[in-house]
Amino acid sequence: MNIITIIDKLGLTQLSEIFNPEQEINGGYTSDLLSDVMGNASEGEVWITMQTHKNIIAVASLKELAAIIIVNNHKPEKDTIEAAEKEQIPLLGTNNGAFEISGEIYNLLK
Amino acid sequence: MHAQYEIQGGDFTKAGLASSEVKKMLKQLNLDPKIIKRIAVAMYEAEVNVVAHAYHGIMDIELNTEKIIIKVQDTGPGIADIDKAMEEGFSTASKEVREMGFGAGMGLPNIKKNADELILNSKINKGTEVKLVFYLNHQ
Ligand SMILES: Nc1ncnc2c1ncn2[C@@H]1O[C@H](COP(=O)(O)OP(=O)(O)O)[C@@H](O)[C@H]1O
Ligand SMILES: [Mg+2]
Repeated sequence: MNIITIIDKLGLTQLSEIFNPEQEINGGYTSDLLSDVMGNASEGEVWITMQTHKNIIAVASLKELAAIIIVNNHKPEKDTIEAAEKEQIPLLGTNNGAFEISGEIYNLLK
Repeated sequence: MHAQYEIQGGDFTKAGLASSEVKKMLKQLNLDPKIIKRIAVAMYEAEVNVVAHAYHGIMDIELNTEKIIIKVQDTGPGIADIDKAMEEGFSTASKEVREMGFGAGMGLPNIKKNADELILNSKINKGTEVKLVFYLNHQ
């Protein structure tokens, strides 16, 4: 399923520019520990987290993740958004917590 | 081929920059994406360890047709007990660093899992050298 469809179906907020609306999302990984994501997430997955600082972009970019969803209406720092646009990693937001949004994405993709 | 990048200890705003540069360079060389993925994980963890635990570091990349050697050398406090540091979950990171999602004690285990060889040398109050070897024709 592509990123725009997921944004649409789940009512996600766009927090940074989306460069490729057709970007395929082939899974997800939910974690707030950067080394856990480094070790266990896979290319093309969406990362669900409450972390908002710039380092999440470096992790997503090195792992070639498809997008980051920031939960509980937390807002990314300004330099996080700048880094996201530079590295072309879409930052998305939701009012939901990690449990709900992970479940919804799981159901969409299964 | 040979390249070097600097790593500033304590500066989390720049954490991952050296690894990103190296990854871009490796992609341009058209190496096997699977190897690049393993290198990215291991070198990022080694870089972040300098940022989180040391004062200053150099990441040195050496590449030939057979293998890639990445050496991350730092000046810093060194590691008192390397066996303990290698344990999953062991971390001396501060509370602030943990709140950012670093300091899970998974860095060195991640390096071990992803590098073909890991050689760790450390001297208390001097610094640490992490040497990573990746064989290009490995399976
Ligand atoms: N370059 C380094 N300099 C000093 N200590 C280090 C260095 N790298 C690792 N360590 C020590 O080893 C521990 C475990 O490292 P690691 O597995 O990467 O976990 P983390 O960085 O999350 O604490 C660190 O908490 C620290 O005490
Ligand atoms: Mg670490």
